[in-house]
Amino acid sequence: MAMLDIRDLTVRFDTPDGTVTAVNGVNLSLDRGETLGIVGESGSGKSQLAFAVMGLLAKNGRATGSVAFDGREILNAPPADINRVRATKIAMVFQDPMTSLNPYMRVSDQMAEVLIHHKGMSKSQALAECVRMLDAVKIPDAAGRVRLFPHEFSGGMRQRVMIAMSLLCRPELLIADEPTTALDVTVQAQIMTLLGDLRRDFGMATILITHDLGVVAGFCERVVVLYGGQIMEQSPTDPLFATPAHPYTRGLLGAIPRVDQEGEELSAIPGSPPNMTRAPKGCPFAPRCAHAGEDCLDHLDPLTEFAPGRWRACNRSVEELA
Amino acid sequence: MFSFVVKRLAVAVPTLLLLIVISFLLMHAAPGGPFTQERALPPQVLANLEAKYGLDQPLWRQLVTYVWGIVAHFDFGPSFIYKDRTVNEIIAQGFPVTLTYGSVSFVVAVIVGITLGVAAAIRHNSWLDYLAVGISIGAQVLPNFVMAPLLLLTFTWWLGWLPGGGWEDGQWQYMVMPVIALSTSYMASIARLTRASMLEVLTSNHIRTARAKGLPERQVILRHALKPALLPVMSYLGPAFVAMITGSVVVDFFFSTGGIGRAFVDSALNRDYAVMLGITILVGALTILFNLVVDVLYGWIDPKIRY
Amino acid sequence: MAIDVRAMDRLAEGEVKGRSPWADARRRFFRNKAAVAGMVTLLLITALALFGDALAQWSNEEIDFTVMGQAAQLGQPSIANGHYFGTDDLGRDLYSRTLQGTRISLMVGIVGSLIAVVVGTLYGAVSGYVGGRTDQIMMRIVDILLAVPFMFVVILLLVMFGRSLFMLFFGIGLMSWLNMARIVRGQTLSLKHKEYVEAAQATGVPTFTIILRHVVPNLVGIVAVYATLLVPEMILIESFISFLGLGVQEPLTSLGALISEGARTIYYGTTWQLLWPLAFFIATLFSFFFVGDGLRDALDPKDR
Repeated sequence: MAMLDIRDLTVRFDTPDGTVTAVNGVNLSLDRGETLGIVGESGSGKSQLAFAVMGLLAKNGRATGSVAFDGREILNAPPADINRVRATKIAMVFQDPMTSLNPYMRVSDQMAEVLIHHKGMSKSQALAECVRMLDAVKIPDAAGRVRLFPHEFSGGMRQRVMIAMSLLCRPELLIADEPTTALDVTVQAQIMTLLGDLRRDFGMATILITHDLGVVAGFCERVVVLYGGQIMEQSPTDPLFATPAHPYTRGLLGAIPRVDQEGEELSAIPGSPPNMTRAPKGCPFAPRCAHAGEDCLDHLDPLTEFAPGRWRACNRSVEELA
Repeated sequence: MFSFVVKRLAVAVPTLLLLIVISFLLMHAAPGGPFTQERALPPQVLANLEAKYGLDQPLWRQLVTYVWGIVAHFDFGPSFIYKDRTVNEIIAQGFPVTLTYGSVSFVVAVIVGITLGVAAAIRHNSWLDYLAVGISIGAQVLPNFVMAPLLLLTFTWWLGWLPGGGWEDGQWQYMVMPVIALSTSYMASIARLTRASMLEVLTSNHIRTARAKGLPERQVILRHALKPALLPVMSYLGPAFVAMITGSVVVDFFFSTGGIGRAFVDSALNRDYAVMLGITILVGALTILFNLVVDVLYGWIDPKIRY
Repeated sequence: MAIDVRAMDRLAEGEVKGRSPWADARRRFFRNKAAVAGMVTLLLITALALFGDALAQWSNEEIDFTVMGQAAQLGQPSIANGHYFGTDDLGRDLYSRTLQGTRISLMVGIVGSLIAVVVGTLYGAVSGYVGGRTDQIMMRIVDILLAVPFMFVVILLLVMFGRSLFMLFFGIGLMSWLNMARIVRGQTLSLKHKEYVEAAQATGVPTFTIILRHVVPNLVGIVAVYATLLVPEMILIESFISFLGLGVQEPLTSLGALISEGARTIYYGTTWQLLWPLAFFIATLFSFFFVGDGLRDALDPKDR
C-alpha cells in the first residue's frame, strides 16, 4: 500500500470574482522513501495541492476528494487528528524563509516548542535536540546561535533553520514547497545538496514542489507535471527529460537555456496560464497548444499509461506530436 | 536597554521644556491680562497686583522664573483668581481623582478591547465577529459626552441603581458610570484595531508555519499571533491614555467627580491662566511619559528594534 | 514552434481582460453594501443640510412665543405647527437648528480634514522625499507637537483669543495634519525608490516638481482614505469643544452644541431635543466611517 494516496483531489476557492478551481481532480500516490517532483508554472496549483494535504488552505478554500496517509483519511480531518500528523508524520518547508519563521520568537523557542508539544520533552532536552538538528543542517556554531532571532540569520541560513525545524520529529514525508526560489543561485545549490543528504540520512519520502525543471532533474525519481490544476504528465525523471510525451512538458523543456547547445534559440510558450475562475471543460493547455484541435476545447482524455510507469493526459497520440 | 531609555529621555525632556515655553508665550500673547475685568481696577491696585504676581517684570524674566519654579520645585505658582490657593493645591485636589478613574478606564478599555478584537478575529465571520464589529462600530460614534447623559438617564433616572454623581473616595458605585463613559469609545477603537491586525497576522506565513508544526490553534494564537497583532495597537495606547485624562472635563461635568477637568474648565471660564497653564503642562508631561513607556514596550515586543 | 492563427485567437479570449486599478477599486467599493449605504446616507444628509431650509417654516433664530416656556408640552415634533422636529426649551425650531448645526459640523469636519490633506501631504511628502537630516528634524517637530495635549491647547486658544469660527478652524487645523504627515511620509519613503521616480531624477526634473508630479499623485489613495476617516474625528472634536460651550456662538450652532443642550434639558421632558441632533450626528459619523472603511478596502486590496 502506498504511504500517501491522493484520490480525486479538488481544491476550490471562493473569491469575489467567483469560484477558482486551483486543483482539479488530481490522483497521486507516493511510496515510502520515494522522491517526487511536482512541476508547474506559478498558478498551476502545485502549492495549493500541498496545502490541501497538510490542511493549511486559506479560509476561503475547500478541498474535496480523499487524501490517505498510511491508510488513514487526513483530508478535512478534525484539527486534533491533523495536528497529530503534522510535523510528526508529514512536515513542510515553505518558499520564503524570510517570512515563514516567526520574527518575534527566538529560533530556540520556535524549534523547541515542536518537541515539547509532540514528544513531551522538557525544555532543556528539547533545546539540546534542536542544537543537534541545527548541526545536522550545517549551521556553524549552532549552540551559540540557537538563541538568536530569525532576522539575525542570512536567507540561506534561515532556510536551513526552517529545514531543521521541519525534521525535528523525524517525519516520514517532507514536503518542500519551492524551498530555494527566494534564495540566491549559489545558496540554492547548497540547500538542494543539503536536502539530498538529509533525505538519504533520514530515509524519508520527499515531495519537491518547484517551477524549475533543472532542480527536479538532479533530485527526484519521479516527476508530475501540473497545468491548470490537472496532471498533464507523470513519469520517472530520466525518460521524461529524454522523451517528453506532452506538448506542455516539451514547452517547459524548450524554455530551459542549455550551455551545451550554443546558438539555439530559447522557445517560450506563447500566452499565459489560464484564468481559473472558469475551469476549462477540455484541456486547460489547449489555448496555448500548437497541436490542439477543436476536440481539445471540449474534452480531455483521462490520464493513461502509455509506457511502463509513464502516464499522460493528451488527446493527440505520442506519434502525432513528433 | 538602559541607554535606549536614556536616549528617549534625552528627547523627552527638551520636548517638555518646549511645551512649557510655548504655552507660556502663548498665554502672554493673549489680549487682555488676567486682571482685565468688566469693571476696570484702579491703576494703583492693578500695579500692585501685577507686582505681586511678577507681571511687571520683563517677559524673559517671568519665563525663567516660571520654568525654574517648575523644574526646581515642581511649583506652578499661585492661582490668579483664588488669592489664597496655589496651582499646586488645585492640581493636588483634582488630579488623584482623575488619575484613578482615568487609569481604571484605560485598563478596562485595553483589556476588553483586545479580548473582543482577538475573539472576533478568531471567529471571523461568525455571530461573535458580527456582534463585536457591531458593538465596536456603534460605540465609536458614542463619545463620552454622549455616553454620560445616556448612562445617567438609564442607571440613575430610570433604574435608580447608581448614584447620579459624586466621588466618595472612589467607591465602586461612583466609579462605574465615569469608567463606562470614558472607556467605551476607546474600547471600541482598540477592538477594531486588534481585530484588523489579528486577521492580517493570521494570514501571514509564519502562522502557516506554526500550524504546519501541528500546534493546537490555541497555542498558535497565544504564542505566535498575539504579539505581532498587538504592535499596531500599542501605538494607539498613548493617545488613548491622554484621552482618558482629557475626558475628565466631561466626566467631572456630568458626574460631579471633582477631578482635574472641573478645575480646568473653571479656570478657563475665569481666565485663570496660571491654573490652565499648570494643567496643560501636567497633561503634556504625562503624555510624554506615557509615550516613553510605549516606546520601551515596543522595543521589548519587536526584536528588530535595537536599543 | 508553429502557432496557427486560430490558436492565437483563442488565446486572446482566454486571457483576463485588463482593468485599470481605479476601475477595480470602484468595483470593489460599490460591492461593499455598508460603504454604499454610508455614501447614500451622507448625500441625503448633505442635501438636507444644504437645501432643507426651503422646507422650514421657522428660521433658526426665531422664537415661537406660543410654545416658549411650555416646550415640554407644546414643543413636540408636529407637522401642524411647522416644527417638524419640535422646538427646543426656548421655543426655537429644532428642524432648522439641526440643519444649521449639521452644516457647521460638516463644514468643520471637511475643512479640518482639508487642512490635514494639504498641510500633511506636503509636509510628509517633502520630509520623506528629501530624507536625511531634514527628514529627521521635520519628524521630530511632528513628534513634539503630537506630545502636546491639543484638546487643552485648543481650549486655551479659544479662551484667550475669543471664540470664533476662525479660531476653531485654526485650533483644529493645528492638530489635524500631524498624523497625516506621518502616514504620508512613510508612504513617500517607499515610493522614493520606485523606478519612475529614479527615472525622473536621472533626467534632471527639479525635486519639487517630482514631488508634485510623481509622488503626490501616488499618495492619493491612502490620503483619500485617511481624509475620509478624519472628517468624523474632526466632527467629534468640534462637538467636544462645542459641548464645553467654547465652539460656535449662538445663534449659530453645531451638532455637538445641540447635543449638549439636549442632554442638559432632557430632564425637562424634551427628549426630542437630544434625539434629533443625536440621530443626525450618529448617522453622519457612521456614514463617514463606513465610506472610509469601504475606500480603504477598495484601494488597498492587501487587507482583503
